[in-house]
Amino acid sequence: MTTTTIIAEPGHGRLAHGRGADGPAPTRTVVAYGFWIFLLSDFVMFSGLFATYAVLSGHTAGGPTGRELFNLQNVFIETACLLFSSYTAGLGALSAERAEVGRFYIFSLFTFVLGAAFLFIEISEFAGMVAKGAGPSRSAFLSAFFTLVGMHGAHVTSGLLWFVYMIAQVAAKGLRPHVLRRLLCFSLFWHALDIIWVGVLTLVYLMGVV
Amino acid sequence: MLGRLTWDAIPFDQPIPLVTSAVVLIIIFSVLVLITVKGWVPYLWREWITSVDHKRIGVMYVLLGLVMLLRGFADAIMMRSQQALAIGDSQGYLPPDHYDQIFSAHGSIMIFFVAMPFVIGMMNFVVPLQLGVRDVAFPVLNSVSFWLTASGALLINVSLFIGNFARTGWMNYPPLSELAFSPDVGVDYYLWSLQISGVGTLMAGINMVTTILKLRAPGMIYFRMPVFCWTALASNMLIIAAFPVLTATFVMLLLDRYVGMHFFTNDGGGSAMMYVNLFWVWGHPEVYILVLPAFGIYSEVAATFSGKPLFGYRSMVLATLGICVLSFMVWLHHFFTMGAGADVNAFFGIMSMIIAVPTGVKVFNWLFTMFHGRVVFKPPILWMIGFMVTFVIGGMTGVLLAVPPVDFIVHNSTFLVAHFHNVIIGGVVFAIMAGYNYWFPKAFGFTLHEGLGKASFWCWFVGFYLAFMPLYMLGLMGMTRRLQHIPDPSWRPLLLVAELGAVVIFIGILCQIAQLVVSIRTRESRRDLTGDPWDGRTLEWATASPPPAYNFAVLPEVETIDAFWEMKQTGRRAAEPPYQDIEMPRNDPIGFITAFFAVVLGFAAIWHIWWIVILGFIAIVITALVFGWSENREQEISAEEVALMERARLDAGRTA
Amino acid sequence: MDGDEPALIERTPGVEHHEATASYLSYTVGLGLALLLTIMSFVVAQTNLLWLPGIPVGLVVLAFAQIGVHLVFFLHLGSGPDNTNNIIALAFGLFIVFLVIAGSCWIIVALNANMTP
Repeated sequence: MTTTTIIAEPGHGRLAHGRGADGPAPTRTVVAYGFWIFLLSDFVMFSGLFATYAVLSGHTAGGPTGRELFNLQNVFIETACLLFSSYTAGLGALSAERAEVGRFYIFSLFTFVLGAAFLFIEISEFAGMVAKGAGPSRSAFLSAFFTLVGMHGAHVTSGLLWFVYMIAQVAAKGLRPHVLRRLLCFSLFWHALDIIWVGVLTLVYLMGVV
Repeated sequence: MLGRLTWDAIPFDQPIPLVTSAVVLIIIFSVLVLITVKGWVPYLWREWITSVDHKRIGVMYVLLGLVMLLRGFADAIMMRSQQALAIGDSQGYLPPDHYDQIFSAHGSIMIFFVAMPFVIGMMNFVVPLQLGVRDVAFPVLNSVSFWLTASGALLINVSLFIGNFARTGWMNYPPLSELAFSPDVGVDYYLWSLQISGVGTLMAGINMVTTILKLRAPGMIYFRMPVFCWTALASNMLIIAAFPVLTATFVMLLLDRYVGMHFFTNDGGGSAMMYVNLFWVWGHPEVYILVLPAFGIYSEVAATFSGKPLFGYRSMVLATLGICVLSFMVWLHHFFTMGAGADVNAFFGIMSMIIAVPTGVKVFNWLFTMFHGRVVFKPPILWMIGFMVTFVIGGMTGVLLAVPPVDFIVHNSTFLVAHFHNVIIGGVVFAIMAGYNYWFPKAFGFTLHEGLGKASFWCWFVGFYLAFMPLYMLGLMGMTRRLQHIPDPSWRPLLLVAELGAVVIFIGILCQIAQLVVSIRTRESRRDLTGDPWDGRTLEWATASPPPAYNFAVLPEVETIDAFWEMKQTGRRAAEPPYQDIEMPRNDPIGFITAFFAVVLGFAAIWHIWWIVILGFIAIVITALVFGWSENREQEISAEEVALMERARLDAGRTA
Repeated sequence: MDGDEPALIERTPGVEHHEATASYLSYTVGLGLALLLTIMSFVVAQTNLLWLPGIPVGLVVLAFAQIGVHLVFFLHLGSGPDNTNNIIALAFGLFIVFLVIAGSCWIIVALNANMTP
């Protein structure tokens, strides 16, 4: 058996182009795609919680129902906060791509404050329900509610903490390629959380009071 | 201070776990002493533990699988022995409490810590080489994934000597697995061990899909990828789609147990049936996660050892993708008898029969690959032929079980047990053995002893039939699964045959251990100097054995399927190419460190030592933050070094 | 392994490939649409504007529309030959989500219907 050295000979005939055949993709694409499918896996994880909520939403074990507990005004304000937070995050991402650092910081401030406002309202809602005796161990419905909505809230919380860490990196290292890649991942994450919230809003709160 | 952990956790009053634990601890201690005394620690730390090289990580996965196979098989032989002894008046030697933990551990270990690591390890090692690239998309994440899987394995083994394991079976159904009926640590060991390793597996899935879709050699369009890469793609897509459901399900059960929620409890409106439903939404794709790469291995082996290209490449790809999609539409067949009614059962029954069709297409393709080929009967192809016979039988009993009225009679009998062992052993385990024999020379630079390889195959093959065909018959005669005591003495002969089968398989395993030892001892006479011991067809055989860290000095330009075969046939070579500097990722301890704290966190959570849970969590976060801040994660291999390594390899090949 | 993006053959998820002025516009249009759809959802849920039995369907349709707005305007998931991987991944993900939720609902409703009263 002879050894064959595999050599690249430039311009060798039947090479294909496009359709991913130009060799390894650039790092930015690889990282963003990997993070995108991670987000899709997160959607699947949430779908397990959504399915459980759907199945258990009527199992109130004689305790309070959604109609009695949900305050739709607060929910609307939460929704608006998260939506605008997504918007400012998008504008922040644009500024970062264009190396407009000042604008980036301003948009990021809004993103953080709006996200924190969302969390504040949600935590108050949870605390209020627990105080009323409608905590997660009261019934299967409430277990499903607190876990689904709480899991989303936990993602928002870790997103905000991650965001603070990213701002620190921008401040310390500037808008270098690897920092920009991570900001791109954060934007994907933040928009995805708003998508999940649309699901929560519709299936939990709005359907709950219909 | 230490939660509910007390000295009572150590099984001083139970001889079997006590003695086993003592022996295992002595072995571990001796190994650690040996490593330290011989001065191997720096080497192991630098070259293996902190390695982010997909080849090293792949080998470590396979090693983990091999070690855990011994534990899982020990459980198996204990169960067979108990069932061979405890018939009629005899009570055997394992009280029900132990027996229940043993069958639970056997299933959990074999699926999560034997089959998964083997399959993921082989994909890890082979796929980047077959794609003609230098590593996976996220090498450091790869290391983290492996070490988290190892953490899960460690935790499940710790349950042997501190506390106990779950007694619920490997599926861990509520309400038995809820606090009311399993208040002790067993179910918590199960949940934390699998949750931690599940995170690792999910990340491995993301890594591999990104690699296959975004990192291929120039010219390698999708329809020029080796079939093993297609099956790896489908399997990892299933990992990304299925494991999050298991994560969510275990989160809910953990919340029930730790915070008193009511997802699956009997009271408070919980629905235990929802757990069963969600578990199998994950569980069915899981078996395809295991079997698709196995099919890929067989495709590679069939083509290589028949000296012909794989028959029906496109139909193989379509069948693989078809199985991938269909595998998500059959899960209810695991609980036909739970009572969803005729309409639902009929839908899932029909889907379960349909999913057999693409697999049938594959079987015919393998047969036609061998037909008119020049078949070389080395161990890999023996395992493959064994698979073809065995898996077809198992598949047929599967289609039988897909008929709900039939399933109503044999659900949870040993007929079912025989079926799934038939397809898992015939399908997945045989593939692992084939892949192990096939790619061992590539990984280590010398071939395995062939005679012992053949002996191990025959022992496994004969042993399998002896062990499991009786179980089909016993299932039809009414024997249910998981029996600690056998009520009907007329079942004794069949149970003795099954026990014999387990012993024969054990001899097969001994042959494999002997094969490894003998091969290492005689490795100089068995060196693979060309990198291509089997006259292979795909790109991994174009590298040295073992390949250098960077895999390919220059990424190959791919023009056809079976790229390496084409390059050999057309004799495509030139003067030495201009070697360039190659950038490779540096080693990183983050995988090991994260896993260490994961074990700490898991163990503390199991035993309710809350302050350690908090500290462990903080430690993991800090590790991530420190890693996130670090730079300078790549190292350069200069063009001169590359040239030296390549020339040395060419010279060695010329003297072969 | 850090390379420059070659002539935008690969479509990176989440990155927009238009000129400067269009981008602020796209985010703002997205915001406006999403806000409108959100308000519509609240109205539909709490009033009798929609035929009562059709309200759940209406809410689901509006939810999908909102998600679509997010995907197109915020995540820049558009058409184009090399966006294919991103779209296929999303399609597969949505397929799984549908199976899990709809499948579980169908199965559990059937199971519950067969429980002893």
